[in-house]
Amino acid sequence: MLDDQILLAASNLSRRFGGLTAVDRVSLALVRGEVHAIIGTNGAGKSTLVNVLAGELPPSSGRVHLQGRDVTRWPQPRRARGGIGRSYQRTTIFPRQTVFDNCRLTAQAHHQHPFDLFNAAARCAESTKLAHRAIEQAGLSGQANRIAGTLSHGQKRQLEIAMCLATAPQVLLLDEPLAGMGAEETERMLGLLAALKPGHAILLVEHDMDAVFRIADRITVMVNGTVIATGDPVDIRRNADVQTAYLGDIDVPGPATVPA
Amino acid sequence: MNKSALSHALPLAAAGALLVVFPFVGGKFYIDLMVTTMILGIFALSLELLVGLTGLVSFGHAAFFGIAAYATALLAPQAAAASIAWLLPAVLAITTLAAAAIGALSLRTRGIYFIMVTLAFAQMAYFVFHDMKFAGGSDGLYLNIKPVLALGSVTLLDLDRPLTFYYVTFGALVLVYGLLAAVRRARFGHALAGIKANEQRMRAAGFSTYPYKLAAFALAGGLAGVAGFLYAVKDGFVNPEILAWHQSGTVLLMLILGGIGTLRGAVIGAFLFVVLKELFQSEALFGNFARHWQLPLGLTIIGCVALMPNGITGLPTQLRSLRTPVPHAG
Amino acid sequence: MDLAVFLVQCLNALQYGLLLFLVASGLTLIFGILGVINLAHGSFYMIGAYLAYALAPWAAANVGGGFFTALAIGVVLSIAFGYALEWGFVSYLYQREHLQQVLMTYGLILVFEELRSILVGDDVHGVAPPAWLAGSVQLGDVMTYPVYRLFMSAVCVLVALALYAVIARTRIGMAIRAGASNREMVQSLGVDIRLLYRVVFAAGVALAVFAGMIAAPVSSVYPGMGNQVLIISFVVVVIGGIGSVRGALVASLLVGVVDTFGKVLIPQTAGILVYVLMAAILLWRPEGLFRTG
Repeated sequence: MLDDQILLAASNLSRRFGGLTAVDRVSLALVRGEVHAIIGTNGAGKSTLVNVLAGELPPSSGRVHLQGRDVTRWPQPRRARGGIGRSYQRTTIFPRQTVFDNCRLTAQAHHQHPFDLFNAAARCAESTKLAHRAIEQAGLSGQANRIAGTLSHGQKRQLEIAMCLATAPQVLLLDEPLAGMGAEETERMLGLLAALKPGHAILLVEHDMDAVFRIADRITVMVNGTVIATGDPVDIRRNADVQTAYLGDIDVPGPATVPA
Repeated sequence: MNKSALSHALPLAAAGALLVVFPFVGGKFYIDLMVTTMILGIFALSLELLVGLTGLVSFGHAAFFGIAAYATALLAPQAAAASIAWLLPAVLAITTLAAAAIGALSLRTRGIYFIMVTLAFAQMAYFVFHDMKFAGGSDGLYLNIKPVLALGSVTLLDLDRPLTFYYVTFGALVLVYGLLAAVRRARFGHALAGIKANEQRMRAAGFSTYPYKLAAFALAGGLAGVAGFLYAVKDGFVNPEILAWHQSGTVLLMLILGGIGTLRGAVIGAFLFVVLKELFQSEALFGNFARHWQLPLGLTIIGCVALMPNGITGLPTQLRSLRTPVPHAG
Repeated sequence: MDLAVFLVQCLNALQYGLLLFLVASGLTLIFGILGVINLAHGSFYMIGAYLAYALAPWAAANVGGGFFTALAIGVVLSIAFGYALEWGFVSYLYQREHLQQVLMTYGLILVFEELRSILVGDDVHGVAPPAWLAGSVQLGDVMTYPVYRLFMSAVCVLVALALYAVIARTRIGMAIRAGASNREMVQSLGVDIRLLYRVVFAAGVALAVFAGMIAAPVSSVYPGMGNQVLIISFVVVVIGGIGSVRGALVASLLVGVVDTFGKVLIPQTAGILVYVLMAAILLWRPEGLFRTG
C-alpha cells in the first residue's frame, strides 16, 4: 500500500465528553479504492468518530491528516472543501426542493460566488454539471425533478449520497447509509458503493453485518470507544476478541458469504 | 417569459402602477399614509431577508432603523440642505457597520439565545439615544432642512416637496425589492435558504455558514437604514421611541401578517398593519375605546399566529390543505 | 466613595440582583423545561405590582393584615392564574417554532397592558410598606438604609433557598433537573409531563408576580415596569445560561452589581453597562456561564 494512496488518516484520536471517553486513541487509514467499515455495538463511539473525522467535533487529542496535510484544526466546512464528504444516519435532505436542486446546492459549495448577484443560481453551469453527475452516480437519473420529500425511503438515502457526491469528494464518510432499507434497496446501495470504490476512499459505519462483510475491504471493530481489532474480513471473522465482543449480539457471517 | 414568471410579474406591475397613480387620486392625508406604508414596507423587506430567507429571527431590527434615522438627523447640517449624494451613503455605511458589529456578536448565539440577544442589543441602542445628550435625549432631534439632490446649482430632487418625496420613496421601495429579488435568485440567496433549511448540512457540504449569516445580517441592517433615512426626512423629527422594542415586534408582526418567505408578503404585511392600526385607532369606529387600540392589535397578533401562521400570502395554500381530506386509519 | 456609601451600594446591588433572580429564575425554568420563550413574563411582574397596590387596602379593610395578607392572596391568585394560562394558552405553544412563540406572547403583553389600562388605569402609584418595616437602620455615622430593602433581600434569599431545596431534594426537582436536559428521560421516569409543565409554569408566574408585589413599595407601580424587567431578565438568562437556576442567580447578582455601581460611578452610561457586560460574556462564552443540556 503506497503512502500517497492514504487519503485520510487518523492518529490516536480521542474525544472525551466530561468524564466519558467516547473515542479512545483510535488510529486508522482510509485508502483510495477501499471500503473501510467500522462496526461495533451501540454506543461504541462509531458516530462520534465520524463526527471527529468530518470536523463536526474537535478531537480531545490526536491528529487527522487529509492527503498528508494536518487538518486537525480545520473546521468542518474547510475539510469538506478539502475533499471530505459525509452522509448522515438521519436523512438530511432538503425535502421541499427537487432532487436536482438538492444536489446543485451542495455542489455550489465549490462554486460559491457569493458576491455575484446578477446570475441566477440555477444557471450556474459548474454546479449544474456536478449535480447531474452526482444524480447519475447515485442512480437517481429519472428522479431529478421530483420533490425530495416525495421519494421513497431508499431513494432518500440515495439522494443523501448524491448530495455528498455533488461536492466531488475524495473521501466519503458514510454513517449507516443502509439504515431502514429493505433487501432490494440494500442491493442497489451496495452496487452503488462498489461502483464508487475505485475513485474514493470510503469509510462505512454500518450495523448490517451481511452487507459489511460483502462490501468491506478492511474492517475495524470498536467497543466502548476503543479499537479491539482491525483487518480484512477473513481475519476479523476468525478473531477471538471480536467473537467474544459480539457473542449473543450479532451473528458474524460464516465463510459461505462471498464478498461482492 | 414563461407562464409562472408572468403570473408573478403581472400582479407586481399592477401594484406598482397603482402606487404610481395614487397621488393623483388620494388626498393629502392618504398620500402621507401611503408614504409611511412604503417606508414600513422597506423596513419589513429588510427583515424578511433575515427572518424569511435566512431563518434568523431578530427581535432587535428596529435598532438599525433608529440608528439610520438618528444618523440622518445628526449628520444633516442645521443651516443648509444636505446633499443626498453624500448623506445617504454615509448613513447607510454607518448603519451597515453597526449591523456588522452587532451581528458579529449576536451570531455567536443560536435559536432562542439569538432572539434574546438581538432584543438586548436593540435595547442598548435605545438607551444610547435616550440617555445621551448629543442625541437630544428623550425629547428627540429635529432635522431642520430636508436634503436635496443637486447637480451644480440645479436642484434635481427636493425632498421637501411631498410629491417628490413620495416618488423617491416609491423608487427606493422598488430598488430594495429588486435587490432582494436578485439576492434570492443568486447563489448567495440559495446558500442562505440552505442555511435556514439545514445549517449542518450546508456546513457538511463545505459552506462556512457564519460569514454568510453575518453578511445577511449586515445587509438587512443596511436596508433597514434606507427606511430609517426616509423616516427621518419625512417628518423631520426623530426620537428614541423608534428604537423601542415595540418597533421590533411590530415589524415582525408585519411579516407574519403578510406571510414569511415571500417579498410581496413583507410589503403586503406592512400595508395590512397600517390599515389595522388606523382601524383600531379610529375614534369614529371605537369611540373612547380607541385609545386602547393595542388590545385588538394584541388579539389580532395572537389570532393571526394561531389561525393563519403563513400570513395572507400563505392563505391559499392553507385553505387548500384544509380541503384535502385527511386519510382515515384502518 | 467612602465605606458607608460603598456598603449602601453593595446592599442595593444585592437587593436588585436578588429581585431580578426571582423573575429570571421563572423565565429560565419556563424556557428550559417547557421550551417556551415567554415575552409576557415581565407582564406578570407588572401584574404583581398592581396586585399589591389593589389588594393591600382591600385586605386591610376586609381581612386584616394588609400587606402580608395581600402577598399571600397574590401568590395564590398567581398560581391559579398561571395554571389556567398554561392550560388555555401556553400549551398551544409547545410544538410551535420560536418566532410564533415570540409573537404570540408579544401579543399577550399588549393584551395584558391594555387590560390593566382599562381596569386600573395608567397612573403611577405608590405602595406603602408595612409600618414595622418602614423605618431605616443606621449604617455607620451618617448613612441609613431602609429596613424594607433589607426585608426584600431576606425574602428573596429565602425563596432562593426554597427553590434550591425543591430542585435539589424533591422528586419534582429531579424531574425539573432532568427535564431541562432531556424531555424523553423525564417521561420514562414516570413523571406526568403535562402536570410538570403546568406546575413549572405556574411556579414561574408566581415567582414573577411575587417579585412584583414585594418590589412595589420600592419601585412604585407604573405601566412600563414589566417591559424593563423583562429585557434585563433576558440578559440574565443569556448570561447565566438557559435552564440553569444557578446560572440565573450568579448572573442576576452580576447584573445587580454592574448596574448599581455603574449608575453610581459612570452615570452617563447608566442603562448601557448591563448590555456591555452581556456582549463581553458573549465574546467569551456564547452559551452562557452555566448552560444545561
